[in-house]
Amino acid sequence: MAKPRPRVKLPKTASAGEVITIKTLINHVMESGQRKDKEGKPIPRQIINKFTCEFNGTPVFSCDIEPAISANPYFEFTAKVMESGKFKFSWVDDNGETYTHEQGIQIK
Amino acid sequence: MLKKTRMLAAVAAVAGFALAGSYAVAEPADDDLVIDGTMKMTVRAKPPEGHPLDEVRSGWLYRTEETRALEEDTFQNPGMLYVERGEEIWNTADGKAGKSCASCHGEAAASMKGVGASFPKWDADAKRPINIELRINKCRQENMQAEPYKFDHADQKALTTYIKHQSLGMPVSVDLSQGDMQSWWEKGKETYYTRTGQLNLSCASCHELNNGKYIRADHLSQGNVNGFPTYRLKQANMVSLHNRFRGCIRDTRAEYPKAFTDVLMALEVYVTWRGTGLSVETPAVRQ
Amino acid sequence: MNLSRRQVLTLSASAVAVAATGLGPSVVFADAAATEKSIAAFTGGKSPATGKITLNAPEIAENGNTVPISVSVDSEMTKDSYVQSVMVLAEGNPNPGVITFNFSPMSGEATATTRMRLAKTQNVVAIAKMNDGSVFMDKKLVKVTIGGCGG
Repeated sequence: MAKPRPRVKLPKTASAGEVITIKTLINHVMESGQRKDKEGKPIPRQIINKFTCEFNGTPVFSCDIEPAISANPYFEFTAKVMESGKFKFSWVDDNGETYTHEQGIQIK
Repeated sequence: MLKKTRMLAAVAAVAGFALAGSYAVAEPADDDLVIDGTMKMTVRAKPPEGHPLDEVRSGWLYRTEETRALEEDTFQNPGMLYVERGEEIWNTADGKAGKSCASCHGEAAASMKGVGASFPKWDADAKRPINIELRINKCRQENMQAEPYKFDHADQKALTTYIKHQSLGMPVSVDLSQGDMQSWWEKGKETYYTRTGQLNLSCASCHELNNGKYIRADHLSQGNVNGFPTYRLKQANMVSLHNRFRGCIRDTRAEYPKAFTDVLMALEVYVTWRGTGLSVETPAVRQ
Repeated sequence: MNLSRRQVLTLSASAVAVAATGLGPSVVFADAAATEKSIAAFTGGKSPATGKITLNAPEIAENGNTVPISVSVDSEMTKDSYVQSVMVLAEGNPNPGVITFNFSPMSGEATATTRMRLAKTQNVVAIAKMNDGSVFMDKKLVKVTIGGCGG
């Protein structure tokens, strides 16, 4: 499929101290390294191995990922927001690339 | 080794089918499909005249709670990734004419609304019904001067998904009065009821006579096609209707026809009609 | 519905526990011992207690390629008392490792959801490690079925 493209869903605004839910999805085959091609050769592993979420530069949540995570990986988690600012999300690919997405939130 | 495994699988399938007949009857879910809490889909419809079943039901009702939940939230639905990819293709120029879909059709939300609910349609030039995939290819060749997509090319699936998605929630309605659609419907019906393969099954064996029962661990649906292209958990990818037709025929241990051939186009006309009144769910999520 | 499904599963052994992820018969699966080893490495040798952590997973997965799971841990999530991480393992996959969620007091709650692959019917294990080093575990058996027509 096309180049991995992150999708993130979080509210535009929140009250100070509110715990918000963040949903993320990225298109990726998550090739496990366990499969073989038509000639019987192993298909090399290529997965998203790390996901991180920061808020205004401070780590909030991250995952260390193994090949047992499904294709098009989905992560849902929470964050407590005290101030307006920007979330930064990163997905690290086995091929060395990092896909990032930034999204802001305002305190009501 | 492989052959032996297949044989065992076939025997198990037959055994499972017999079991399904005697033990495993399970009602479809008593549930409403409301996407993002706002868009209510019609998952149970009154059948059109001449339909053999009392109620037309979406395959969504036959899935587990977890699978159903994936379709209820457009964010969680992985099929939406392909809708987004389709939108990108819609707006990208391709071919010698230097045109994109948008060059002629503008905003898909307006120009493609209803398209997904009314195909397949009669094509006067080809003198046969065509589906959305073939309509895209016709446009690519005639108006964009681009190569037609090969069957199940990733872009074909994404663009078809995007176009059908513009009719999300609209009732499926095929116009059988166009051209010679009625006789294609008849041909499709004949295929639907013809037993085939080493397992000697017709479409009707599973999806008409035994829907609601289990074939081994699989809860059989009515086989309606209102959600295609569908995101299947098994492939973790979009699956086109003709791919699914071929998969089903293969599983009866029969030789399967090529995509878009007369026999499968006729089947698409007939099976789409069987789902009359159900909402377009593309991209649906199935097991 | 679940009852009927369970009956089929009981009656037809062939319907259960067959790899749904295209793994060949030569694949060596992780076992309880490999899982124990991963747990020990994560907890620093401590045996996890029960309680505090809940692992949610379907009793029967409709397809082993995409199984939704979620974890939640009962914690204040303050600077003084929070969940550091939750490791998820699958005993019957080729490798037991699935994912490790790393939380912080800024997480607000220690909950996370993802979708995983299960090669066959097996136990899924989740272990939470608190900032004081204490560890808690929950375990769920998930049945993985194959489809009606050759999977």
